[in-house]
Amino acid sequence: MKPSETPLLSGSGITKVFGFGNNKTIALQDIDFSFREGEIVSIVGESGSGKTTLAKILMGLLKETTGEVLYKGLPRQLRKHSQRKRYWKDIQAIFQDPFSSFNLFHKVVRLLDDCIELQGLKLNKEERLRRMKEACSFVNLKFEELMNKYPFELSGGQMQRLMIARIFMLHPKVLIADEPTSMIDACSRSTILDMLLKLRDENNMTIIFITHDVGLAYYISDTLYIMERGRIVERGPAESIILNPTHDYTRQLIEDVPKIHEEWNLA
Amino acid sequence: MSRTILDIHAHAEPLPQRDILEVQDLHTYYRTRHKENVYAVDGVSFTLEEGKALGIAGESGCGKSTLALSLMGFYFPPLHYKSGSIVLGGIDVMKLNKEQLRKQILGREIAYIPQAAMNALNPTLRIIRFIEDIMKEHRPELNRKQVRELAAERFETLNLSPDVLNLYPNELSGGMKQRTVIAISTILNPKVLVADEPTSALDVTSQKAVIKLLKDLMSKKFIRSLIFITHELPLLYHVSDDIMVMYAGEIVERGTAKQMIFDSVHPYTKRLMGSIIVPEEGMKSQKLAAIPGAPPNLKQVPEGCRFADRCLYAEDACREGKIPEKWSGGRKYRCIHESNVLKEWYSHEAK
Repeated sequence: MKPSETPLLSGSGITKVFGFGNNKTIALQDIDFSFREGEIVSIVGESGSGKTTLAKILMGLLKETTGEVLYKGLPRQLRKHSQRKRYWKDIQAIFQDPFSSFNLFHKVVRLLDDCIELQGLKLNKEERLRRMKEACSFVNLKFEELMNKYPFELSGGQMQRLMIARIFMLHPKVLIADEPTSMIDACSRSTILDMLLKLRDENNMTIIFITHDVGLAYYISDTLYIMERGRIVERGPAESIILNPTHDYTRQLIEDVPKIHEEWNLA
Repeated sequence: MSRTILDIHAHAEPLPQRDILEVQDLHTYYRTRHKENVYAVDGVSFTLEEGKALGIAGESGCGKSTLALSLMGFYFPPLHYKSGSIVLGGIDVMKLNKEQLRKQILGREIAYIPQAAMNALNPTLRIIRFIEDIMKEHRPELNRKQVRELAAERFETLNLSPDVLNLYPNELSGGMKQRTVIAISTILNPKVLVADEPTSALDVTSQKAVIKLLKDLMSKKFIRSLIFITHELPLLYHVSDDIMVMYAGEIVERGTAKQMIFDSVHPYTKRLMGSIIVPEEGMKSQKLAAIPGAPPNLKQVPEGCRFADRCLYAEDACREGKIPEKWSGGRKYRCIHESNVLKEWYSHEAK
């Protein structure tokens, strides 16, 4: 599906400052962005460049110091809990560490049941089970085997897939994926990426992918934002940025990634 | 450099034998609370030559880290030793007792950097204290001033600032911490360094610095050989001379880095190499290979080929008996099919 032209989530002049006076740290400085519906955007940068701070602002977990984030063209209302809950129905996230994303005291069936609860649907038991089963089969997990297990009994890849099953049930408008594949191996990584692409195609979801791996960003995304020290230094279509980078920092990032058809300059 | 007063310097003359590490049919297992045995390393044999870097790749849970841990010869529950031999620079590690191991082998002959090693630094001690600790055990004749001199010299040779020695671990960045840990663990010039996912928690820029440090250690002969474990295949390609792929506790293929990345034989390796992502032209249109299903449960390994259930080319014969290792053009692989037959199938698949 082609990304549409109207921005779904946009922001201008976003600045985030932590601390006061001498301890002031400017995490984000004057950031502009606009993400369209059905677009896959990657935000790439090294550790400490402000990627995760931006993600948290998008999720509504942190408040921006100045600037404004528009959702569907309107300013977000996040003051009351009910408002935040409504916002989170549309915006969901997957985090880096699947092991710390689940409540360890709840069985898998309960975790998936919570998703139905969050949507505020009143369904009978059979319908609930049917939906859970459907979500699990979407991510190639066997619901019958998993339902009575606790999260710590699953492998990292399985947990991350379960996370995607949650997203499948909630079908949010925007998915923020903060390094979702950095803790899992290469094979499960391709499975996870394929599923994310499939989700986008089915639900026309916007995916905001946060990573330090340029190769991964290039593979999955339509648009790239390169961040350095709280600023966006380069943005544009993935193809043109990776093949013809204009900013020095982007060039450095691409050079730092080991490739297989080129020599890796370690100097 | 004043190497004369300090008896620790890089290995000068080559060892009498070529193979620095020789592992023969090693079996180790974990014993669970329910008294079940999980055979995480099941019949692994390999040799590591002097001056070579050996990479180990494979899915999570295939026994890479267990193999690395087993190489130390230092077993503590739930990990147990079953059978096999480990010969390290002419010493049979399995014949030594714990005390001998601690004094003679660990840190001196073989050093091990576990996953997330950088979190192992005690936050209340300065970096120099870790080095003093090691020296107290292994070189009691050196006084504190000599230890500090030695450490500063070593850090300088490795392009790390000697000022780091006076800092606390929390004052260092992740990449710097990891490099410091590597420098500390190789301070006694071990023959073999086993690095288990040293870069997986770092971003690409720090990753490059760590790799550069490992290459420096090799070229300056502070270590003789390197065993590098990661699932990041492009990285493995640049670091190692040889690559070994593990699956469900066994080695399924071993060859040179080039052979393994571009021209692998075993169906599992082939799939694994198909999942590589690099920022190169044409990557975007490429279809990534994903392997359906999950690896077998190591509590009850299936008979025959362990990859058979997920393999496209599995036949009935694959599920019978033990699959022997075969040699073909300098590589070793474990599959019943011949390498030229497999390659022909792959070329059909590509079309």
